[in-house]
Amino acid sequence: MTTAANGVNVQALLDAREALKGSPEAAQFVWRATTKWRNGVHSTTTVKEYFGLGQEQSHKTETVFDADHPEVFAAEDNGITPIEYLLVGLASCLTAGVASVAQNRGIQLRSVEATLEGAHDIRGILGADSDVRNGFNGIKVTFTIDADASKQEIEALVAQSQKRSAVFDALTNPTDVTVEVA
Amino acid sequence: MLERGEVANSWRRERWDSFRLLTPNWQTRLPGLSYEGPDPDGYMTMDEVTGFVERFAAVSRAPVRTRTEVTSVRPAADGYHVTTSRGEIGCRTVVIASGACNRPVVPPFHEAVPSSVEQLTPFDYREPGQLPDGGVLVVGASATGVQLAAELRRSGRPVILSVGEHVRLPRTYRGRDVLWWMDASGVWDQRYDEVDDLTRARRLPSPQLVGTPERATLDLNALTAMGVELVGRWAAVRDGRALFSGGLRNVFSLADLKMERLLGTFDEWAAATGRDAEVGPPERFAPTAVPASARLQLDLRGGEIRSIVWATGFRPDYGWLDVPVVDEKGRLRHDGGVVDGPGMYALGLPVLRRRRSTFIHGIESDAREVIDHLARYVAQGSNIRK
Repeated sequence: MTTAANGVNVQALLDAREALKGSPEAAQFVWRATTKWRNGVHSTTTVKEYFGLGQEQSHKTETVFDADHPEVFAAEDNGITPIEYLLVGLASCLTAGVASVAQNRGIQLRSVEATLEGAHDIRGILGADSDVRNGFNGIKVTFTIDADASKQEIEALVAQSQKRSAVFDALTNPTDVTVEVA
Repeated sequence: MLERGEVANSWRRERWDSFRLLTPNWQTRLPGLSYEGPDPDGYMTMDEVTGFVERFAAVSRAPVRTRTEVTSVRPAADGYHVTTSRGEIGCRTVVIASGACNRPVVPPFHEAVPSSVEQLTPFDYREPGQLPDGGVLVVGASATGVQLAAELRRSGRPVILSVGEHVRLPRTYRGRDVLWWMDASGVWDQRYDEVDDLTRARRLPSPQLVGTPERATLDLNALTAMGVELVGRWAAVRDGRALFSGGLRNVFSLADLKMERLLGTFDEWAAATGRDAEVGPPERFAPTAVPASARLQLDLRGGEIRSIVWATGFRPDYGWLDVPVVDEKGRLRHDGGVVDGPGMYALGLPVLRRRRSTFIHGIESDAREVIDHLARYVAQGSNIRK
């Protein structure tokens, strides 16, 4: 179908799409993370197991993420801030989408770089102004893509990537979040 | 032919007062009946459409039994047993031509809208005077949504339009109706078995078009210029507030890019077939302007919005069809109008056999092919396919 070599097994994804049309229960995934408080505002979050295709699954390796606040917040800066993880998630999701869509459309990528800026008024989280929200006021993603494609085709890759992005959806649409004490 | 009401019933009863067809008059034709009036480039009003369909019923001498509502179709020994409001009928074959737009679709969270806000579907809406004074939230930016948003804005009301994925088109391109291009360039000739993603093609929202004497374009930029406020797709209601998606820019980009690609195919076709001299020079349109700050939420209890018009699409209603040919999404299982049940057929559904099937004039070739299959089925009395 395509000659592009972006390293995405699009055929497997298309096959999965067909297979899951008939068995929506297998499409139900649960992603998990467990977090331990260390000290101050430093925590470590571990990700390894998840559920999907009807059974427990596991990543090849366990990954541990440090989160902390920077020194300008009078913290030790043992890791990036939690809200920066949202940028990590968005950037990696959109980039994966660009590669997948390009593969599906037979577009060879040479380089894909994204720069993200999340505008954040910290008066919200400090409680300094109740009219200011806690989260981002806005996020700007700028892609620089070198590929065998016209500018319009590249713009279409980026648009389609957003259309099918889990993290873009999670950030742009409300999600029901339950937090409770076990 | 069984008709629950009068000939052209849904055109008479299920459209708002100012409704006009999206197709120009010259394109609105049925086998043996074409527009012969003074305005081939105009668009029929509802009275004109019902008159047109009535004339077709007369010239084709279709054996229509009006005021005969079908309440059940179920399998019988040699075909189907049909129960109607006027008695029982046995038949070997059935052609379902009840359309794709029998019921307005409204998202489940409409139940969380405070009762102080009046809610209407396009089936309820006739004209702006019927709505309470004050702001209106129109949900959905297909043909219905943009037309009602424009009409309500012209009535002097503040209008907010919630925009999800949509299909942007200019009314005219290079001096011709954009639907002339769809027809002439062959886009509408694409067969259902050649379309990449048929499910998507069949679910495509109607394009942002309106048929007016001025042949004006009614895209989102036109609505913004009229003072309509654009917000993202309505995602949820929480604590009496409507929450809108922050993904507005991308639905604009998707629609702008698709329109550009379509206009590009028109230009390529015109160049390749030597039509460039007959039409105006290629045009390109300004990208959809992104509001400086589209709001992400709206307090439904604050009085800013007094009514909501749900232009969120339609679905077919097969509640009367007691034959297992409807999928889990409520859609008829069929292959180009040959339904997944012996001797059962469908006509008049979107992209039934071609992209043009969605439009009135698309019925001619569809009907010939589907009825050809039906005739062979009756002659052979066996399970032929395709």
